[in-house]
Amino acid sequence: MRPLESGVPSGPIEQKWDKHRFEMKLVNPANKRKYTVLVVGSGLAGASAAATLSELGYNVKCFFFQDSPRRAHSIAAQGGINAAKNYRNDGDSIYRLFYDTVKGGDFRSREANVYRLAQISVEIIDQCVAQGVPFAREYGGLLANRSFGGAQVSRTFYARGQTGQQLLLGAYQQLEKEVGRGGVTVYPRTEMLDLIVVDGQARGIVTRDMVSGRISSHLGDAVVLGTGGYGNVFYLSTNAKGSNATAIWRAHKRGAAFANPCYTQIHPTCIPVSGEHQSKLTLMSESLRNDGRVWVPRQKGDQRRPEQIPENERDYYLERKYPSFGNLAPRDIASRAAKEACDQGLGVGERGLGVYLDFADAIKRLGEQTIRERYGNLFQMYQRITDENPFVGPMRIYPAVHYTMGGLWVDYNLMSTIPGLHVIGEANFSDHGANRLGASALMQGLADGYFVLPATIGEYLASSKPVRIGADHPDVRQAETEVTESTSKLLSIKGKRTVDSFHRELGKIMWDHCGMARNAAGLQRALQLIPELRAEFWSNVNVPGSDAELNQALEKAGRVADFLELGELMCADALHREESCGGHFREEYQTGDGEALRNDELFAYAAAWEYCGANQPERMHREPLGFEYVQLAQRSYK
Amino acid sequence: MNLTLRIWRQAGPATGGSMVEYDAGDIGPDMSFLEMLDVVNERLMERGEVPIAFDHDCREGICGSCSLMINGVAHGPERGTATCQLHMRSFADGDTISVEPWRARAFPIVKDLVVDRGAFDRIIQAGGYITAPTGSARDANTILISKDTVDTAMDAAQCIACGACVAACPNGSAALFTASKITHLGLLPQGQPERYGRALRMVAQMDIEHFGGCTLYGECQEACPKEISIDTITRMNRDFLRATLSQGHGAVARAD
Repeated sequence: MRPLESGVPSGPIEQKWDKHRFEMKLVNPANKRKYTVLVVGSGLAGASAAATLSELGYNVKCFFFQDSPRRAHSIAAQGGINAAKNYRNDGDSIYRLFYDTVKGGDFRSREANVYRLAQISVEIIDQCVAQGVPFAREYGGLLANRSFGGAQVSRTFYARGQTGQQLLLGAYQQLEKEVGRGGVTVYPRTEMLDLIVVDGQARGIVTRDMVSGRISSHLGDAVVLGTGGYGNVFYLSTNAKGSNATAIWRAHKRGAAFANPCYTQIHPTCIPVSGEHQSKLTLMSESLRNDGRVWVPRQKGDQRRPEQIPENERDYYLERKYPSFGNLAPRDIASRAAKEACDQGLGVGERGLGVYLDFADAIKRLGEQTIRERYGNLFQMYQRITDENPFVGPMRIYPAVHYTMGGLWVDYNLMSTIPGLHVIGEANFSDHGANRLGASALMQGLADGYFVLPATIGEYLASSKPVRIGADHPDVRQAETEVTESTSKLLSIKGKRTVDSFHRELGKIMWDHCGMARNAAGLQRALQLIPELRAEFWSNVNVPGSDAELNQALEKAGRVADFLELGELMCADALHREESCGGHFREEYQTGDGEALRNDELFAYAAAWEYCGANQPERMHREPLGFEYVQLAQRSYK
Repeated sequence: MNLTLRIWRQAGPATGGSMVEYDAGDIGPDMSFLEMLDVVNERLMERGEVPIAFDHDCREGICGSCSLMINGVAHGPERGTATCQLHMRSFADGDTISVEPWRARAFPIVKDLVVDRGAFDRIIQAGGYITAPTGSARDANTILISKDTVDTAMDAAQCIACGACVAACPNGSAALFTASKITHLGLLPQGQPERYGRALRMVAQMDIEHFGGCTLYGECQEACPKEISIDTITRMNRDFLRATLSQGHGAVARAD
């Protein structure tokens, strides 16, 4: 494996990116036409990268499993996108956004990457407005902002509760413009099933056409994965049903190190589970915590309707525990506090797994109309799902798996440990440390796709000068054969259990033992259960139909097979990290009042795991994390 | 709840299809429509049968993948609701429910309830964008847009490209889809330079894709899960007419 060299440029943090951009080699315009870049995924990161690379002159091929690039799951992001514009004059700056993000990530991210992200945030808003993204405006015609968790300034730009949709449509339209111009070829309903590595360099991918079932290879000079996160390993999550880890996992098995797999984000404000049939969880944007107050009854088993419980018998626990951030405490902290309240038997709703998010005070203060303008579509969505009207009574919410901070390890140029394989957006591990702040995912996806990758990929192409290979190259043939064989294997088992039943069981193991709170005994138990379940999967799964047609059961089976391996690595990572940080909370390591207790002396590093063969334990490599600019301290939001 | 489903089954694009009846017993009212189909599919697979193929992804009404004609109504009985957000409490015990794919010449059936909506992407390729290459933008706050304008643009921009408008239209017209993009971009100052050329090219592409013409039935706005108004079609027609009249007179690019 290529050593874990972050490649962070020298010099003061404010100047690193500019200096690096100047020092990187350029590919001259005539030569760009000669290079082909394969982009997998068409979300914020993938679409913005594919469009921008094409504008620069590269030949781009873009692959996605949905029927249109506009359906990638970035579309579902609700609340907003951060940028250090300081339009509100409330003390924001690039440095403050950088500081908040490093602190919010519980000091487990790479400082130089985060600083660059904060710098670029400003250009992203300009780019999106130029494309016609209809961000919310003030009456004077200027851009509006809202606040988000983990920050005391108002720096979040938004388009009602559909910011992800509008940003993705901006990138999608730019992508379609390039498709129309001939710079990008798109491959809809196409799934990447393997990475082709030739002489140590990523040179292509093996795909399955999900309509015809045809397996084929696509070759290029560099591969970019923007395939999102792996939250669906838990079965129930806020991810789309199709979101999966197959692209990054198969790249991992070809030599790309997987960093910090145990860092998962549990979002505090989701609609609680209603029954066994549940297929996914729905997020209620964190922006609701701007005006909603979180509480539970003080008395256990209080059966009264929420509006009948008087003020002094309610515990507004976030306001009580974290007076300076109150309801806007970061996600990991708010989630754990909700779990704690429910564990104490104070939870509300039929299953006791919920807390109230109450808008009564805000409606009184601002009027129903203002609340409707700010959150109308979210209130509607809540009512549609639960059949309850949040204008009348409080919402019930509970934490749910939402985002994964871990991902393929990348250097400062967003290149993985396989030369030529670049990883962008949620699929990489780089910017959020152990916990991502709200409204930062959209920022990172677009920073990587519009601005970072299009600059750094030139450095790789100009210095590595990849040689042409043909489709008959033995490594290409080999990868194709392996994909075909594993597909046939899945179809030939003809066992007794459906794919979903395995997925649900894996999800339960992960949620129980590697969820919001973890401990050594539970993780060891999971490490025993997962291989057993995996063995059963490969001997008893039933995948009906054939491989030469649209076969949704077969698609799912391949993805679940990968989750069954990734889940084990997540537990191994969680077990080895004997500290609590951000989204990784080990019960053995907490302060007297139940806050996460980091161990900077032993664990101030990114853990990058190297695949060592089927059913073999993975080998861990460390990238030490230095903090020159933000002083290591216990996070406090009190 | 115990339901009877009549579902369109079709093995592939070239084969014929037919309605097939299934019993769906023991369905909970809190299930979403798609979760009900999941349950039916699980039972089919347990019996070794091929499950019903349908498009779905986010299941929160925003990706636009789901596309079912339920009892002859696009996305079913609830207004402003995509199939994935429709819950079984909207039906009664003992109901018979028919489920079909979108039916339109421009949306060929791929399998069962899955159709090919690639035509929508090609309409966007024809002009549904503002040309703003990465890196060329000026500071965002130098462009002032009144709140009313941006709110109206946002109303149109909410389109999720599900295709319900086409499926609901007796003519199989994509006017609401195309008009929502023309309205979104045409209302904003950034969208002015390309406004009339955009209208010409996108409308021409609708014809190339074999969508029918708009005769203002208004079925599309009833079916739209985002409740986009046919006012947008009036805007499209106006921009298109103006562009056509001034074609060749050099006035197309001028904003009004």
